[in-house]
Amino acid sequence: MTGHAHKAGQFLKNGERASWHDETLWIVRQKRDKMARAVPEWESLREQASQIKQHTLSELDNYLIQFEQQAVKNGVQVHWAANAGGFNEIVSGIIKENNARKVVKSKSMLTEECGLNPFLEKQGVEVTDTDLGERIIQFRDEPPSHIVMPAIHLKKEEISELFHEKLHTEKGNSDPAYLTAAARLHLRQKFLEAEVAITGVNFAVAETGAVVVCTNEGNADMGVHAAPVQIHCVGIEKIIPRMEDLGVFTRLLARSATGQPVTAYTSHYLAPKPGGQMHIVIVDNGRSQHLGKEDYRNALKCIRCGACMNTCPVYRKSGGHSYGSVIPGPIGSILAPHTNSKKYKDLPFASSLCGSCSNVCPVKIDIHDQLYRWRQDLSEKKIVSPGKRATMKVAGKVLSGSRMYDLSGKMARWGIKNLPRMFIYNRLNVWGKGRELPEIPKESFKQWYKKTHQGKGGKNGQE
Amino acid sequence: MNLKNLHIGLFIPCYIDQFYPQVGIATLELLQKLGLDVHYPLEQTCCGQPLANSGSEKEAIPVYKNFVENFSRFDYVVSPSGSCVYHVREHYNILEQTDEVERVRKNTFELCEFIVDILKTDDLKIEYPHKVGIHQSCHGLRGLKLGTPSELVTERSSKVHRLLKKAKGIEIIGLDREDECCGFGGTFSVFEPDVSVKMGKDRLEDHLRNGVEIITATDMSCLMHLEGIARRQKHNLKAVHIAEILNSNRL
Repeated sequence: MTGHAHKAGQFLKNGERASWHDETLWIVRQKRDKMARAVPEWESLREQASQIKQHTLSELDNYLIQFEQQAVKNGVQVHWAANAGGFNEIVSGIIKENNARKVVKSKSMLTEECGLNPFLEKQGVEVTDTDLGERIIQFRDEPPSHIVMPAIHLKKEEISELFHEKLHTEKGNSDPAYLTAAARLHLRQKFLEAEVAITGVNFAVAETGAVVVCTNEGNADMGVHAAPVQIHCVGIEKIIPRMEDLGVFTRLLARSATGQPVTAYTSHYLAPKPGGQMHIVIVDNGRSQHLGKEDYRNALKCIRCGACMNTCPVYRKSGGHSYGSVIPGPIGSILAPHTNSKKYKDLPFASSLCGSCSNVCPVKIDIHDQLYRWRQDLSEKKIVSPGKRATMKVAGKVLSGSRMYDLSGKMARWGIKNLPRMFIYNRLNVWGKGRELPEIPKESFKQWYKKTHQGKGGKNGQE
Repeated sequence: MNLKNLHIGLFIPCYIDQFYPQVGIATLELLQKLGLDVHYPLEQTCCGQPLANSGSEKEAIPVYKNFVENFSRFDYVVSPSGSCVYHVREHYNILEQTDEVERVRKNTFELCEFIVDILKTDDLKIEYPHKVGIHQSCHGLRGLKLGTPSELVTERSSKVHRLLKKAKGIEIIGLDREDECCGFGGTFSVFEPDVSVKMGKDRLEDHLRNGVEIITATDMSCLMHLEGIARRQKHNLKAVHIAEILNSNRL
């Protein structure tokens, strides 16, 4: 079995935990449904968001230039990073220039994608993730398992244990309010000490040069207001043209993500504070190449709400870490192969193609269709296993004519019916791992039809 | 429209042909009872979906061509499978779009949608005094739009429910998760066996918890998977394809 299937199998060994994970995320999906249904124009809102993104992607170069010009006018220092390495150098350069050692960061999947934390830590910089979930996984030294709820794979008892070890909270006290208060005290100190604050960006408005960050904990604001230097990291696809477009997305984002009408904080950062510095780092890291692939372009509309994860039964039952990519779940499975199609070749197959992801997506990305397309492309490029390809070649031959098909069917039915159970239910029969094979009928439909409609059927059913 | 003059091609998907002939028989009998002239081309095999879903669309082209050859001459092609019909409609786009291909893609219908949309009826005079759980197969629901998926905020409808609600004595059981995937997913069931089985188990438990005796669907493939798990777990749950229920009528 390949990567995802294997890791999912490990996750599922603890059935009770897997069911808990599934149920927890299903509750988030239900909250999303309730919130979406409270907006009668929900479907047209999705359509509008999709079209705004479509338009923006088609004019991305112009909007990026406009954004830079506005930001510079506002007194912001704008940097361009072609790839992850360049991005890390730029950020570390700003930190060095300011002789800074202590950095606070609010949640950013982009910095995760570029490996910013380990890069800075190697240079002796202390980076503290200030989003509660991010801080938890940072303590545990593991990647996020979800893009909005990075520690959703952990139970409160585990967090209690972790905080007891790291923050010296009372042993065995797993009251969420108590644990959150302890984290708050700990983080407050970090905010006060920080010399540089880094944030991700949800939306960058070309018209004004502002960046918009949506959080529930206010940690982006705490960091940015307290530290003299602020750095905002934004992927090129995060641009929206005008301020008036923003409302479309903020209405969709929190409802889709967590089933809230809006995030607790929607922070707009426009210009540096008096005496402070404001930097915006615009990152490509493979996005412009992705933009050039027409069949997959839509995926760049993603606003990182995570709704496709919450609705995906495969994600819920296999856990975010089973994907092994920075962004897990359905959207991750169509994004990751663009960065390394060999490494992530199994992800487009980690889906039953039920299509629920495409239906919840607030910007209407055709996720399940792209998963299907990836399967074709990976196969075409001979990236899927040769065994799989050979099997499919044979199947193609058998199924393209009735003579071979009828014969193979007959043999299979005979085998299942007459061979001893141990010949059929063994390691080679993956189906039989948790399922019985169908009970074998005495004849196929075609045999029955020929018997009962003698002289009728004939070649091509001509009578 | 004079139904009697319609030539109907019956497509029986490969796994139904081999493992569930009773579903094919029920479909044929039902269509004949509805007064239709039904033909079953003997050279038919499969829609090609198992190959394409595994990434081998190119290898599936001869299979697609065989389908088109067998079925392009009919006014409608009817099949007891939402998934196969969805595949023909959606994914035969890679063939050269000849008149025959376009005709087949346009005229191939899943059984329930054919009855509701083309025959324009929903009362098949059925008597079915059982507690029934409806598994809404994904390709039928989200692909063919046989109903409104729970994710969408639009007016709610379901062709499958419409047909079954008319059955005398039937009790349609509400589920905790009305349209979650069962985890079959074609070759997904063998490429990702652990997740697939877990998904199926969870669906079954929902039906059992709510008192379902008979679980039905538009796709026997979902039921083959669910029934396979139920038998392994020794649950007392029967899987019956919707064609068999609709054929238990007094027409």
